[in-house]
Amino acid sequence: MSSDLTFKSIAELAVLLEAKKLSSVELTQATIARTKAVEARVKAFNSFDETDALAQAAASDARRTAGQARGPLEGIPVGLKDVISVAGQPLTASSKMLVNFVSPYDATVTRKLKHAGAVLWGRLNLDEFAMGSSTENSAFHTTRNPWDLTRVPGGSSGGSAAALAAGEASMTLGSDTGGSIRQPAALCGVVGFKPSYGLISRYGLIAFASSLDQIGPFTRTVEDAAITLSVIAGHDPLDSTSFKTELPDYRAELGRRNGPWRLGIPKEYFGEGLDPEVAAAVQAAVEHYKKLGCEIKEVSLPHTKYCLDTYYIIATAEASSNLARYDGIRYGHRSKDAKDAIDIYFKSRAEGFGAEVKRRIILGTYVLSSGYYDAYYLRAQKVRTLIRQDFLNAYKEVDALLTPTTPTPAFKIGEKADPLAMYLCDVYTIGVNLAGLPGLSLPCGFSKSGLPIGLQVIGQPFKEAELLSIARAYEQAHDWHLRHPNLL
Amino acid sequence: MKYEAVIGLEVHVQIKTHSKMFTRVAAGYGHKPNTLTDPVVLALPGVLPVMNKAALDAIIKAGLMLNSGIAPVSKWDRKNYFYPDSTKNYQISQYDQPICLGGFVEIELPGSARNVMGEHKKIPLTRIHLEEDVGKLTHFASESLVDYNRAGTPLMEIVSEPAMHTADEAFAYLTSLRAAMVYGGISDCDMEKGQLRCDANISIRPVGETKLGTKVELKNLNSISFVRDGIAHEIKRQIAAVESGGTIVQETRQYDGEAGVSTSMRSKEMAHDYRYFPDPDLMPVKVDDAWKARLQAECPELPFEKQRRFIEQYQVPYTITSVVVWDRELADFFEEAAKLSGKPQAAGNWIVNDLLRELGTAKQVLAESKVRPAHVAELVKLVDAGTLLNNSAKEVFIDMFSTGELPSVISDRKGLKAAPTDLGELEQWCRDAIAANAKALAEFKTGKDSAINAFKGPVMKAAKGKANPKAVDETLRKLLAQM
Amino acid sequence: MSDLTDLNIDRVANLARLALTPEEKTKFAAQLGDVLLHIEQLGKVDVTGVEPTAHAFPIYNVWADDVAQAGLPVEAALQNAPAQRNHMIAVPKVIE
Ligand SMILES: [Mg+2]
Ligand SMILES: [Zn+2]
Repeated sequence: MSSDLTFKSIAELAVLLEAKKLSSVELTQATIARTKAVEARVKAFNSFDETDALAQAAASDARRTAGQARGPLEGIPVGLKDVISVAGQPLTASSKMLVNFVSPYDATVTRKLKHAGAVLWGRLNLDEFAMGSSTENSAFHTTRNPWDLTRVPGGSSGGSAAALAAGEASMTLGSDTGGSIRQPAALCGVVGFKPSYGLISRYGLIAFASSLDQIGPFTRTVEDAAITLSVIAGHDPLDSTSFKTELPDYRAELGRRNGPWRLGIPKEYFGEGLDPEVAAAVQAAVEHYKKLGCEIKEVSLPHTKYCLDTYYIIATAEASSNLARYDGIRYGHRSKDAKDAIDIYFKSRAEGFGAEVKRRIILGTYVLSSGYYDAYYLRAQKVRTLIRQDFLNAYKEVDALLTPTTPTPAFKIGEKADPLAMYLCDVYTIGVNLAGLPGLSLPCGFSKSGLPIGLQVIGQPFKEAELLSIARAYEQAHDWHLRHPNLL
Repeated sequence: MKYEAVIGLEVHVQIKTHSKMFTRVAAGYGHKPNTLTDPVVLALPGVLPVMNKAALDAIIKAGLMLNSGIAPVSKWDRKNYFYPDSTKNYQISQYDQPICLGGFVEIELPGSARNVMGEHKKIPLTRIHLEEDVGKLTHFASESLVDYNRAGTPLMEIVSEPAMHTADEAFAYLTSLRAAMVYGGISDCDMEKGQLRCDANISIRPVGETKLGTKVELKNLNSISFVRDGIAHEIKRQIAAVESGGTIVQETRQYDGEAGVSTSMRSKEMAHDYRYFPDPDLMPVKVDDAWKARLQAECPELPFEKQRRFIEQYQVPYTITSVVVWDRELADFFEEAAKLSGKPQAAGNWIVNDLLRELGTAKQVLAESKVRPAHVAELVKLVDAGTLLNNSAKEVFIDMFSTGELPSVISDRKGLKAAPTDLGELEQWCRDAIAANAKALAEFKTGKDSAINAFKGPVMKAAKGKANPKAVDETLRKLLAQM
Repeated sequence: MSDLTDLNIDRVANLARLALTPEEKTKFAAQLGDVLLHIEQLGKVDVTGVEPTAHAFPIYNVWADDVAQAGLPVEAALQNAPAQRNHMIAVPKVIE
């Protein structure tokens, strides 16, 4: 019963809660029980607080009894990637640098979740400072893929994807800078959604690359993604890059949009390096859309081959500056060996950051340094313009794009020791961030060895309702999302 | 060989706002340590900046006042460097697209004497940009303590061209710039509170040479007189070094105003590489004509413009204008008193001599003064009408400074008005005085006009010193003409 | 761009305030050398006349009115400080 409950969608749980056939305390207890049963193997969490979660659940039940329930997330246990600030709670970014840090303020999404009555349950593991594609870069532990514990869950939001896939929460939030929601969602067989840049406030999200970062949900269904988006989206005066745009009721819109759509298949996303099983699953999904009456069109995004390089210049440059504040002066790890104030910087950062973070800081510092700025950073910004233009050109002909989310299903822990090989995991997801577009990954099959495969749907800027409807049209006719890993 | 110095100034001015540049916690001075912070000021993980509209208004207004071009679009950049007074270890500033470009500051050099206007010059500006202040470090024997109250305060950086040649020019530039900023309500520019800070780039070259010499950056010129002394000292130091066969090293030096010496600051282990790049957390600023026009309308007349107008409109001498125009309130005070009294110069004299002296003695500022322009105007009129004699008027002024009563009230209370009002009595005293001095009468009649003075003493004596001298003179002349 | 890929790891680590071990330096220099080699292909893109993109969706004049709001109490401001004295952050003496 309890694991049944923790694999239900928000939409299903909301019905039970509303009908008082289920209380938030019962649901939260089931979530805690499930977590305790599987967490030793999955290792999705950095921390959780049962007492606090149960107190939130009790408060939610009391609101419901008083007729003050706050909507579909009322009483639902949700997990947050450990880069999203919650007042009074630890915030680590899975880094030694912040191992004892307690945030004194709420992120805007946290405030919105609290306002919606959600039960905040636990902080989820990630690649340190969201830099990586496997959670192997966490300073604390590597999260396992619930479908195969010898494999990675993807990253950087690996904890968020694995926790949801393993039934340890009913929704989780992650952040996506180059694919960090969509790639782990694909590898763990759940829905992962990165909305348009600016739709969700970044206030309170630990910055990796400010011009690319975006918060988004991991959910069991596309409908749940729509439900969550309506709660967390919207203009925030505390985030200057947050966009003022009309917010539809995303869930209601799902029922109103039935296509058929014009869908583009970018030829550059189906070339060398794509696993045949992934290619076949995505091809089958494309066929399904054809059957639904959609017009399928091959399109070209000619600058795709430059996405990775452009991304690594822009992301590392911004990161080198964003991570300068972690210096052991006001908060965070301070080296005990520092000889003087300046030495605190060198030693605290050397001790507090892991290898991948150091590598990216070095790269980012280098590309911005005197004499190199024009050749690297400025050029990358110009190529970014061309990449963005590619997408906008394609959208003159099609409503959305269909691609694989990742080149391969989940790989083995330790398999990609070479940074460049790891960077290539993001080859299909990065362009979306560079262009600021919405992108969603949903399950579209399994490999012969039982590993999930993801289909990526890329939408037009701020047309999330359209994108969700397209994804929903596929999901409704398939049951991939109803399969769960057997961890017991 | 003769050398000339080339000086450029970088002036940081704190903008007077209620909240900080990129977050809304209060900005202020003199508060308990670390009580003016919030997550953004402290650069806690996850925070984001949001710019302060009032600071933008202030810099655009400053630019318009200083004749700068206002960029239609400007943007924000990060200046990356590590230091404990910086919370993010980068400063949000403006690099290649500042809000204000060009412009100039009008200055006046010392004249040949105190009452003579000196030469005026226009010192060109390179740019003015907006940025944020850092926190404050206090050093102790073994540790340094950091207070972030100042961190994030809006700061304007005003960069001049290397176009000044003497310490006097630099001093005049700073005086004029400071007055403009205070006039515009942009900053109080209190150097003791760090609201205005100045760094100077100084080099020397043989007269006639056009190439710039190696420049030394002089830091910490934290009072306006230290600016003059520090620059003069540095110019002398460089000339002495070159004349004794040495060379100038490019370095940063710190001037110690108390000791009157400068010392080389330990050079950073490498040349600065600030790795400027556009701040992705902030959107660019677009200034349209309507915005500019609205601020242009708020720009006050600057001191030198005011001075030219006062001289022209009120025919007042330099000795008055050169004092009153530097303080906007004082200039307004003067102008009102000048208009009310109809005698601008007399009003100006009372203000420049008596009012400022009394304010100084009482350690008051003009706003606290009980003497208002109407008081000065009435005093001028009473003296002009002969109702108050000079010495009485001085006495009235001191009284009204402490009581705030009008001069007519004071002179009535104290019986200081020139007597008599009864002209019959005055005429009798005059007849008596003429009758008593036949010799003077004879001299007057033969054309010696000054002989009339011989009658005035006895008249005054009869009047117990309170006769109106004008009336005495008039009456005597009337009577003498009849004889 | 190959003449540009002369990553001076000491200089860059110094700018980034990172104390690297000799092993890290060797390893990072090699790994980043590979990445930079990959990045070289960006030099082939014709970017003549192309405007740089700093923001995916640029908007202008995003600001707030100058109204002061409450900040953090000093205790909360310093709650994560590694060392403090008299309500200030303490660091070993900074030598200017
Ligand atoms: Mg400067
Ligand atoms: Zn500056």
